Amino acid sequence: MHTLFRNYRASDPRYYQIAVLTCLVTYGIAVLDFGIHWYNAIAIAVTAQAVQFTGSRISGTAFDARSALVTSLSLTLLLRTDSIALAAAAALIAIGSKFVVRINNKHIFNPANFAIVSLVILTDDAWVSTGQWGSATIGALALACLGFIVLTRAKRAETTISFLVAFAALLLLRSWWLSDPLVIALHHLQNGALLIFSFFMISDPKTTPNSADGRIIYGIFVATVAFAIQFIWYEPNGPILALILASPLVPVIDAFRAGPAYRWIERPHSKPTTPIERMSKPKGAF
Amino acid sequence: MRILVLAFTAAITVLASTTAQAFCGFYVARADTSLFNKASQVVMVRDDDRTVITMANDFQGETKDFAVVIPVPTFIEREQINVADRSVIQHLDAYTAPRLVEYHDPDPCYRYDRMEMAAKSSALPAAEDARERDAGRGVTIEASYTVGEYDILILSATESDGLIRWLRENQYRIPDGAEAVIRGYLRQNMRFFVAKVNLEEHADLGYSYLRPLQVAYESNKFMLPIRLGTLNANGKQELYVYALTRTGRVETTNYRTVNLPSNTEVPEFVEDEFPQFYRAMFQRQTDKENGRAVFLEYAWDMAWCDPCAADPLSSEELRKLGVFWVGGNDGRAALKSSQAQNVYVTRLHVRYDKEHFPQDLMFQETGNRQNYQGRYIIRHPFKGESNCDMDQYQASVRERQEREAQTLASLTGWDIDEIRSKIPFIRYAREDSKQVPWWKTLWD
Repeated sequence: MHTLFRNYRASDPRYYQIAVLTCLVTYGIAVLDFGIHWYNAIAIAVTAQAVQFTGSRISGTAFDARSALVTSLSLTLLLRTDSIALAAAAALIAIGSKFVVRINNKHIFNPANFAIVSLVILTDDAWVSTGQWGSATIGALALACLGFIVLTRAKRAETTISFLVAFAALLLLRSWWLSDPLVIALHHLQNGALLIFSFFMISDPKTTPNSADGRIIYGIFVATVAFAIQFIWYEPNGPILALILASPLVPVIDAFRAGPAYRWIERPHSKPTTPIERMSKPKGAF
Repeated sequence: MRILVLAFTAAITVLASTTAQAFCGFYVARADTSLFNKASQVVMVRDDDRTVITMANDFQGETKDFAVVIPVPTFIEREQINVADRSVIQHLDAYTAPRLVEYHDPDPCYRYDRMEMAAKSSALPAAEDARERDAGRGVTIEASYTVGEYDILILSATESDGLIRWLRENQYRIPDGAEAVIRGYLRQNMRFFVAKVNLEEHADLGYSYLRPLQVAYESNKFMLPIRLGTLNANGKQELYVYALTRTGRVETTNYRTVNLPSNTEVPEFVEDEFPQFYRAMFQRQTDKENGRAVFLEYAWDMAWCDPCAADPLSSEELRKLGVFWVGGNDGRAALKSSQAQNVYVTRLHVRYDKEHFPQDLMFQETGNRQNYQGRYIIRHPFKGESNCDMDQYQASVRERQEREAQTLASLTGWDIDEIRSKIPFIRYAREDSKQVPWWKTLWD
């Protein structure tokens, strides 16, 4: 118990992510009633843990439920489908991609992002509902997201910040060019799905460049592609599509700009002594 | 001076109501678009990038004063414009309208099992001829056509002030603030489609109203430009969007799409006040979403309905609305005209103004085929002769009536006491025995 508490205190940002995402899922199902089915949430969570467990066994790494849980919650929040089989397939594709699609001991795609784009492209029965959060929720959601930055002392937050700043700048430029009132650009930014994407998907330290300036370049690149998809080609879900297109660039950026690979938990310098500590010792980057 | 009507407003005649019997209750009444003033109706048929838009208006003034400016994403040729039959939109309105259904309680002495069935069913999820150039103003009349009773001009321009000046010189009345909006649309390479009534043609055709205009185009923009319409409107406007697609529901991507409360039991007197009920409920739901939501009123596979407020549209009617993937010259399809296939209809209702809807409506088609209908239920208590102890049944009806009163108050914001005063609460023997002292009737 003491060790668990110490692990929590080791500021693993996933605990905060899990707490915020769980609140959002509960709020979405109970209050907003915008098409999240509780049985899909369970199918995604169970499948994700099963695949994570199997993948860990095969690859010989320690099983860690936390990342798979964050992925499950992101999938539940962003992916809409009426088919429980597709919901489970999303979890399988997401966690499976972590173990299969890898370069330099790092997985290439954000798991939830890879699963969402695969299903939206391959089937007619999965989609992303970007407008369903409503303006009333945005304030609270933005606060929860900012809390995340404060709590993690903005560590590795360069991707999120550079993405949001670049995306907002492009929206303001577009507004100015079209002589639109400022309220239109702000309305685009007050989008629940955009905030969830920025703070819980593109922020994933495992699939972003290792160096700080690499992450800034990456955030700006994703924002530019997202903007082009949404406002030049008029396709919805710009950010989600942009992230999957930009992901293969991460190993390239890493090759030019070296930096330390991310570990979820800052380890004390002493040797691990307890079974739990030994288990949480990162062997591979999953 | 012609009046420039930038927002479509819909004319709806109230159709004679037909009674249909179905598993999901007996259909009693519907809340069609005639309930609301200043209502526009737009039918959007969309499959991939192919789009057909039909716009109905209820312009009330002199036909010579009617003119409309519509932004369109692409250049439009003569064959892409059509004038539609108003009755098809009226049929679509009736088919998709929120509905009131009724059940009659059976004799409680014999048929409790039937009541359970009825309760279960209520819980079911519902469901170019001449080209003119005016280089000085940067306005190009790309084409001008006469289609039906309309004279139509397709305009492109390089500068918004040139276009505004052209419209003003041609006696169109332009609201303040239009220039900035038009400049934005021009920079997005949108064209402008101006329609006014050709009085001679209108007289020859003999219609007493203006028929809906249709335009077919191919564009990746799945949107409805509403910003120009918010500039000259007095107060909020009602817009109904009927989306006809192949795969499933249509929703807005930049505003929240909300299901209206449905499948709720309301007091019996709502049968006489259904329009008032629906208006009050819609207003309350709009307020609850801070005036910023688009409401879903109907989402159903066009092949059927239950209960039916009107029959589903035939393949021929769907084809008239631009559903290009049904019917056609295929003889087999014509045979199946009463059973339209592979068309999913979504009816959205939005009350909008500039403050709450600063952006145009952007849509996406989803794979959601879950049926939904705005359906409100009244239950008539059993009033026949019975030969058993009715206490238990009457107590349950009394409870139900109170529950219905509370539901109605919460849905509409109406005063609960006023609602209660309109409900003929069932009096039951046990209750009477509590209220009347035993000795009052002792020496009668």
